[in-house]
Amino acid sequence: MSIVLDIIASAGLWAAVLRIATPLIFGTLGALLCERAGVLNLGIEGIMTFGAMAGWLAVYHGADLWTGLLVAALAGGVFGLLHAALTVTLGLSQHVSGLGVTLFASSFSYYLFRLIVPLSGSPPTIEPFAPVTVPGLADLPFVGPILSAQTPPTYLALLLALLLAYVVFRTPLGLAIRMTGENPHAAEAQGVNPMAVRYGAVIVGSALMAVGGAFLTLSAFNSFFPTMVQGRGWICIALVVFASWRPGRALFGALLFAFFDAFQLRLQTAVDGVPYQVFLMTPYILSIVALCVMARRARVPQALMQPYRRGER
Amino acid sequence: MRFERREHRPLALIILTPPLAIAAALVLSGLLIATAGAPVMEAYWRILVGAFGSRLSATETLTRATPLMLTGLAAAVAFRARVWNIGGEGQFYLGAIATAAVGSQLLAGAPGYLSIPLLLLSGAVAGMILLIMPLWLRLRFSVDEVVTSLLLNFVAVLVVSMLIDGPLKDPLAFGWPQSQSVADAAMLPKLVARSRLHWGFAIALVLAFVVHFVQSRTVFGLKSRAAGLSPEGAVFAGVPLARTLFLVACLSGGLAGLAGAVEVLGVKGYVTTDLSPGFGYSGIVVAMLAGLHPLGVVLAALFTATMFVGADGMSRALKIPTYIADVTVALSLITMLVAVFFAQYRIRR
Repeated sequence: MSIVLDIIASAGLWAAVLRIATPLIFGTLGALLCERAGVLNLGIEGIMTFGAMAGWLAVYHGADLWTGLLVAALAGGVFGLLHAALTVTLGLSQHVSGLGVTLFASSFSYYLFRLIVPLSGSPPTIEPFAPVTVPGLADLPFVGPILSAQTPPTYLALLLALLLAYVVFRTPLGLAIRMTGENPHAAEAQGVNPMAVRYGAVIVGSALMAVGGAFLTLSAFNSFFPTMVQGRGWICIALVVFASWRPGRALFGALLFAFFDAFQLRLQTAVDGVPYQVFLMTPYILSIVALCVMARRARVPQALMQPYRRGER
Repeated sequence: MRFERREHRPLALIILTPPLAIAAALVLSGLLIATAGAPVMEAYWRILVGAFGSRLSATETLTRATPLMLTGLAAAVAFRARVWNIGGEGQFYLGAIATAAVGSQLLAGAPGYLSIPLLLLSGAVAGMILLIMPLWLRLRFSVDEVVTSLLLNFVAVLVVSMLIDGPLKDPLAFGWPQSQSVADAAMLPKLVARSRLHWGFAIALVLAFVVHFVQSRTVFGLKSRAAGLSPEGAVFAGVPLARTLFLVACLSGGLAGLAGAVEVLGVKGYVTTDLSPGFGYSGIVVAMLAGLHPLGVVLAALFTATMFVGADGMSRALKIPTYIADVTVALSLITMLVAVFFAQYRIRR
C-alpha cells in the first residue's frame, strides 16, 4: 500500500499525468468535434501519425516549434478534407473511409519521412519545447512544480478544452454543429448548411488531432519513428464515448486515463515479478472497460454515421 | 450537382471497378514516385519483376499472398454481415501463438497427420475467441466493435510478447524474444520444392471457394447477408440475429486466427512480434478491393502481395522507400470506395 501512496504523493506522477494527457486531450477534442457534427473520424490514428511527422519535419528543416505545430495542423486539415469529401459529399461508410484515411496517412508519413531522412543508426533529433514557468503559479506548494514541468502546448490543450466547451454549448456556431449532428434535416430547415458544418467540423477536428500527434515529436520526444502513436488515436475515440460527447468531460477523461497510465508506468518499476506487458496492456483494457460502462448511458449524436443527402431521408 | 442512384448496373461496370480503382491508386502513387525523382514506369516494372521475375520471387509472392487471402476472407465475411472486425491483426497473432504453444508443448511428439489439423484448429479457435469478445460487448452493451476489436489488437500483441518472453521463450534464441518452435513433423509440407511456398496456399485457395459456397448457397450465408443488409429487416424475417452474428464472428475470427497458424506452420515454425507486417490491416483492404466477394479476395490478395514483395527490389534499385507499397495499398482502398460509389451513382446537374 505504501508504494501506491508514495507514487500518488509524488509531484513527478502528476507532472507526467498532464504530459501524457496532452496528446489525448487534443485528439479527443478533435474526434469529439467531428462526431458532434455527425461524422465518425477513424482517420485519427493516421492523422496523429502524420501530424507527428509533419511537425517534426518542419522543425527539423529550420522552422520554429510553433510553426511546426501549425504545419501539423494544416496537414491534419488536409486529411480532414479528404475524409469529409469521402463521407460528407459522397456519403460513404464512415468506418471504412476512416480506416482508409488512417492507413493512407500513416503509410504516407512513413514514406515521406524515410524519403527525406534516410535510415541511419541514431535517429536525428530536434530541440523540443522547453517547460515554461508561469509567474505566480510556479510558487504554489505542490502544484507549482507540477505546472512548471509543462510545455506550452499542454496549456494550449487545457485552454482548448474550455474554449470548445464554450463554443459547443454557448454559441450559435455550437448550436449549428450540434443540430447537424442530431438532425441535419432540421438544421437545414433552420437555415444551417449541414454539408458546410460537417466539412468545417471534420477539417478543424482533424487539425486538432494532428496537433496532438505533433505534441509527441515536438514536446514529449524529440524524434519521429514509425508506430509511435501506438493506438492513442483509438483510445481518443473511446474517450469521446466515455465523455458523452462533452468537451469538459473529455478533458476529465483524458486526465483520468493519463493518471492510470502514469501510475502503471511507476508501478512497473516498483513491483517485481509481473511481466511489464501486463502494465502496458492496461491503457487498452481500460479504454474497453470505459466504453462498456458508458456506452449505454452516453447520449450519442443521433445522426452520427448517417450520411446527409439533401431531400433524402 | 447531385448524385442519382443508377437503376441499372451493367456487369462490366461491376467487374471493371476494382481494376480501375487499382489503376487510379497506381497513378497517384506514381506521382509520389515521380516527386521523389525516380522513373515511374521503371519503378512499376521493377515491382512486377521483383514479384514474378523468377521462380523464387513468384513463389515468394504466393507465400506472401497466403495469409492475406485468409485475413482478407476474414474481413470479407464479417463486413458482409456488418460485423466490423478490424481486429484481424490481433486474431492473427493470437492464432499464431496458440499454434506455437500447442505445437511446442502438447503435440511436440505427435505425427504430422494428427498435429497439423489440430494445430490449425487451435489457431482458428484462438482467433474466434478474440473476436467473440467484441461481438459480445456489442450485443450486450452496444459498444461499437470497431474500436474494441482495434484496441484488442494491441492487447493481443502484448500477450504474444509476454508469452515469448516468458513461458514460451525459446532458450536457444540467444536471449531474443522468440517462441519455441513447433515440431518439424507439424510443419506444412512445401508446395514447390526449394521455395518457401507451402500447402497453406492451397488451403487458403480452397477456403475461398468454401466461403463462397457457404455465403451463396447455404441458409447461414443467406442469414448473414440479411443481417448485413438490414438488421431490423433480418429480425423481422425471423433471422436469429445474435446467433447469426456469433457464427459470423466465429468464421471471421477463425479465418484470421488460421492465417496466423498457417504462417507459423508454413513459414517460420515459431512466433516473434514481427511475424506479421500488418497482415490483419491489409486484409481489410484486400476484402474491400474484392468487393467483399470471397473469390475476389484471392485476386486482391495477389495484387497486395505483388506490391509488398516487388517493392523490396525496386526500393533497393531506385532508392524509393519500401513504404510506397503500403501507400499504394492504402490508396487503393480509398480509390476503391470512390469507384464503387460511382458504379452505383451517376452525377446529375
